[in-house]
Amino acid sequence: MDIWMALIQMLNGIQYGLLLFLVASGLTLIFGIMGIINLAHGAFYMLGAYLAWWLAGITGSLGAAVLLSLPLAAGIGYAIEVLLVRALYKRDHLDQVLLTYGLILIFNEAQRVFWGNDVHGVAAPAMLDWSIKLTDTLSYPVYRLALSGVCGVLAVAMYLVISKTRFGMWVRAGASNRDMVAALGIDVKLLFGLVFAVGAALAGLAGAISTPISSVAPGMGDNVLILCFVVVVIGGVGSVKGAFLGAMLIGLADTFGKVFVPDFASFTVYGVMAAVLLWKPKGLFS
Amino acid sequence: MLNATGIHTYYGNAQVLHGIDFHVAEGETVALMGRNGMGKSTLLKSMLGIVAPRRGKVRVNGVDVTGHETSSIIRRGLSYVPEGRGMFHNLSVREHLLMAARPGIDGRRDWTFDRVLETFPRLAERLDNLGTHLSGGEQQMLSIGRALMTNPRLLILDEATEGLAPLIRRDIWHTIRAIKATGIASIIVDKNVNVLLDFADRGVILVKGEVVCDGPAKAIKQDKSTLSTHIGI
Repeated sequence: MDIWMALIQMLNGIQYGLLLFLVASGLTLIFGIMGIINLAHGAFYMLGAYLAWWLAGITGSLGAAVLLSLPLAAGIGYAIEVLLVRALYKRDHLDQVLLTYGLILIFNEAQRVFWGNDVHGVAAPAMLDWSIKLTDTLSYPVYRLALSGVCGVLAVAMYLVISKTRFGMWVRAGASNRDMVAALGIDVKLLFGLVFAVGAALAGLAGAISTPISSVAPGMGDNVLILCFVVVVIGGVGSVKGAFLGAMLIGLADTFGKVFVPDFASFTVYGVMAAVLLWKPKGLFS
Repeated sequence: MLNATGIHTYYGNAQVLHGIDFHVAEGETVALMGRNGMGKSTLLKSMLGIVAPRRGKVRVNGVDVTGHETSSIIRRGLSYVPEGRGMFHNLSVREHLLMAARPGIDGRRDWTFDRVLETFPRLAERLDNLGTHLSGGEQQMLSIGRALMTNPRLLILDEATEGLAPLIRRDIWHTIRAIKATGIASIIVDKNVNVLLDFADRGVILVKGEVVCDGPAKAIKQDKSTLSTHIGI
């Protein structure tokens, strides 16, 4: 593999990792702070993708569609937290798994009813729909770079919110000792609802902005969900920093695995997970 | 300030509190005493909605808060320093204090970041350490400092000097007295009954989930037979 090919794979791996991070960061916060195993998190990724495709068809602009799908995903996430998830905080994980698995089925069925089972593609916005020429035969699509840029900016923003603001302190404190957060007079219910809504919005955003590089198809949330659980476990439950490192590791391992050991491609991410857990059984940041 | 009547609390089928009446007046310091397992912590948690009492009423400043969320009860001017100190393993000392900051119910901000550090100078040297990396005494100072950042009218201290070295314990007592002098009411649970009764206004003794004694701290301190029967000193 020459250096240009390696660069392309590296960029792909980083871009995939950043996209996974958007989904996994919400999952790790919901799991770590609220103690909720949210199997339906991948469904928000799918929801975001379908909303983007559907709204792009209506508005004629992917950018507008992405901006519109954000509050929709956040609102649906908040409603699900208030109406369903809230009742399960004190229940054991099996009840949560049953509820959120049920939500996956409902989301998938709703997708079939509203939008059908066809596979769709969305064109990148014209402004970003070109490639940077690397060699005579190789080039790199600008949309992927833009995607990485957007994800990178969001990752930095999330880092700043979580590490520098009082809201971020509450969220971290909630991951450490949520009863104590409530005992300080902080409205944990509202905090949880907001975290759930933001998590849903980020997963939805990831789905929406990924539409030009991967197809919009039934079941697309399920693969992402499994990878995101791998990311969360590698990073340490509840740690956004861990989710970032885990997502980059998995993004790169998956991308390079497919290049170097295509026969074992589906194994590489789990190999990485096993290696990390042998070294740090509770994840990188626990 | 705080008024609980007829509190019955159960853990599963085991009844822990049998109809307790308990109150704290504005500015009053109440020593809540009793042997281990008599229901002191459970009474505090029942009044704060951390544990749901099966029967009974809790009022804060005349408002019925029975069955309310812990956070909304606390926001009525209460502050709670739990047994075990309630540190956040992933927050620095500075963040422990900043995250809790809010004006009191009367809008006053008597307790600021700077004032808490003046009160506990040792915390000022350790602002960037994680809460769980502090010594036991420093953790206790942080837990009390964090509670003060909410500018409470009533401070609830559960075993604030437990497991501390004598010198550190003296520091904490000194601070608690200073806080009392500012007019903040308090409920204090502590094993050092003699020190506590020296400056508390009133004492309440629980035995098996019932109030067996409720009276002026000075009188209880002199009543050696009550103390030895119910607390064992």
